[in-house]
Amino acid sequence: MMKKPLKLQIKRIGAILAAAAIGILSVPMYTDAMEHRSYTYIYDYWGDVQDTPDVYEVYKVFTSSELGLDVRFNNPSGLYAHDDKVYVVDTGNNRIVAFVKDEKLGLVQDSVIDSVRFAPGPSTFSGPTDMAISDDGNIFIADKGNNRIIKMDANCNYLMQFDLPVDSALSADTIFLPNKVVVDTAERVYCISDGINKGLLKYEADGTFAGFIGATKAPYDLWDYIWKKFATQEQIDRMTVAVPTEYSNIYMDYEGFIYASVPVSDAQALDDLKVDSVRRLNLLGNNILVNNGEWLNCGDIYWGSAGGYSGPSCFSDVTAFENDIYVCLDKNRGRLFGYDDQGRMVFAFGGNGNMDGYFRRPIAIEHMGYDLLVLDQADCSITYFVLSDFGQNIFNAIDQFDRGEYEASGESWEKVLAADGNYDLAYIGIGRSLLRQKRYKEAMTYFELKYDDDNYSKAFKEYRKEWVQSHLFITVGILLLIFLVPLGIEKYRNMQIEIATSDVFRFPDPEDNMTRAEIREYHKKQRQEFREREKAKKEARKLAKMGSNR
Amino acid sequence: MANTEVKGNSAVRGILGWFKKTFDAKYWDSLKFSLYCITHPLDGFWDLTHEKRGTYAAANTILFITVLVRLLNLKYTSFVIQTVYWEDLNIWLYIASILFPLALFVIGNWATTTLFDGKGKLGQVYIGTCYALTPYPLMQVPLMILSNGLTTNEAQFYTVLSVLSLVWCGLLLIAGMGQIHEFGGAKNILFLIFSLFAMLVMVFILMLFFSMITQGIGYFYSLYREFMFRA
Repeated sequence: MMKKPLKLQIKRIGAILAAAAIGILSVPMYTDAMEHRSYTYIYDYWGDVQDTPDVYEVYKVFTSSELGLDVRFNNPSGLYAHDDKVYVVDTGNNRIVAFVKDEKLGLVQDSVIDSVRFAPGPSTFSGPTDMAISDDGNIFIADKGNNRIIKMDANCNYLMQFDLPVDSALSADTIFLPNKVVVDTAERVYCISDGINKGLLKYEADGTFAGFIGATKAPYDLWDYIWKKFATQEQIDRMTVAVPTEYSNIYMDYEGFIYASVPVSDAQALDDLKVDSVRRLNLLGNNILVNNGEWLNCGDIYWGSAGGYSGPSCFSDVTAFENDIYVCLDKNRGRLFGYDDQGRMVFAFGGNGNMDGYFRRPIAIEHMGYDLLVLDQADCSITYFVLSDFGQNIFNAIDQFDRGEYEASGESWEKVLAADGNYDLAYIGIGRSLLRQKRYKEAMTYFELKYDDDNYSKAFKEYRKEWVQSHLFITVGILLLIFLVPLGIEKYRNMQIEIATSDVFRFPDPEDNMTRAEIREYHKKQRQEFREREKAKKEARKLAKMGSNR
Repeated sequence: MANTEVKGNSAVRGILGWFKKTFDAKYWDSLKFSLYCITHPLDGFWDLTHEKRGTYAAANTILFITVLVRLLNLKYTSFVIQTVYWEDLNIWLYIASILFPLALFVIGNWATTTLFDGKGKLGQVYIGTCYALTPYPLMQVPLMILSNGLTTNEAQFYTVLSVLSLVWCGLLLIAGMGQIHEFGGAKNILFLIFSLFAMLVMVFILMLFFSMITQGIGYFYSLYREFMFRA
């Protein structure tokens, strides 16, 4: 985790230096060097942009006329997909329009929900912003203008409603403005309310308020604290107040965990890891999103101010597939960022503009199977994305791995690699597949290519174990050598000293000119003397020992 | 059989002879003395200058090996320990990033100590500094080999030993400077800190100098362009 912000900063410093250099040269430069060229891209290990083939392709852009609506969409702000139906919450027209997925035509209008029967309050909606459907088929609508969340059955009959909770944490003048709503399998309701930054409001199925969960921490700055100690009241008033950011949108995934997107605008807080761009909340409201990627899951990791857009990616919505890949929608630059269950980037694509596949004000994202739907608030259109062949291979590989079909997964990744040699996840995917097949040496090469040290270590550990077992003789030999050689050298040295100092091996003076027989005789005499000396020494030691015993 | 042996022997002798001619005994002695220095810093660094046991040749060799090991580290240390962004690596800048601070330190240290009874000459400070680097290649080469047999969990061993080699170098530098200048403990530390400040001042002046030069050249260049444009 620690190296992430550092790397981020190094990149940033590099960008600033480059900008400074450009400034000094005073060359007018409109193209941002960091800006990508292709529609789809990823960040590699080094954080460099790598162009990739399109993972998602635009199937069709559905505008009001193409959907055959009598009344055009007006400021739609919510999108919800359930089974094969898509619901667009048409805020400006106080209605919800349902569409059915059709194989030939794409989306076909199904029904319009614009009122609730037998409601105690107003029977029509006032600026609804979001909706959700429970497993039992009950519909929950965030009726923002009427300050309520309506629960009704599939036939639009009123069941109950959720109002502003009575809670000491809320001030008296708080107005209930439910903006986004999700519902879990037990029909517990979680909602974001505008102006309440204490987290998500959680209601039990019977309508009782169960408290706030998953509040984002207020970014705390020591420097601000010290500064405030010396600043005048006027200065303090002018300072931006650090309040916890509200979530922009929530999504209930298939496991019952809530994905929540945070509209980050403070780049410094992002660098300091004080805010998360996207969170996955468990029942206690703790963030359980895994973030093992080389880079933060914050969308773009560096940003110029090209094209009139500046600052970090600002997520307006998030959705998650059944294979734990989650897709975040950046309303700042109109891009979609997909991350896998480990927080590694799968794809990034999109942009601001008027062409198909580009957005003006993307507000909500949903998925049907592996298809993606993006609602554009300004364009009043739904962009329908489908997986390309390339994307299909990626998703196949991930699914096959999850199912335990490791060899098939490896083959799918090979196909991905054939299409794009710069796709990091393919190398790691092949490596993981090989690792499961116990082909450690090959796995290691793939991991090393993309610097995946954790997986490499797993493979290397096994490989090392195997190597040691199959080369037991050499291993033991080496270990013995390590210990025996120094010992041997020591012994050898001692022997040399002994030889040099002992009389036995002392040679007669060459100037004496002795014959061979005489030399032999000399050595014999020396040995005799040596033995006697040793005997005497032994005896002396014995005596000394006896003496000490006494 | 015997013939080849003689031949081999003569060849070995030839090479040894060449070595002896090229690197005299003094050189080998002074190079070997670095091993004594790193284990007996106080005694070693005293003798290094006062008994003239160190030579420039040996100091240069140690510095060269240190730089070489640093370069080899880039390529042969396991990626589990460090990854290198080759696209952005300028080998000359990388070498300069070692040699430049070293040169600054040598000059800065000599410049400050010479004003306050420091006995060391500039050359002696250089020799001492280079000799203090000895543990770095000595420890980094085995570590480099070891790193290729480590997993992420075991990377801590590498880190600890690697830091140790640097700490060893640092302690040697402190001890060495003290002995070379014949300074006591507190005075020695004080002047090492002064040296750091001297380094900063030099960097500042260099930057000032270069920016002035650039401005100057820029001025005359624009003058020339203007002149050519009008002419």
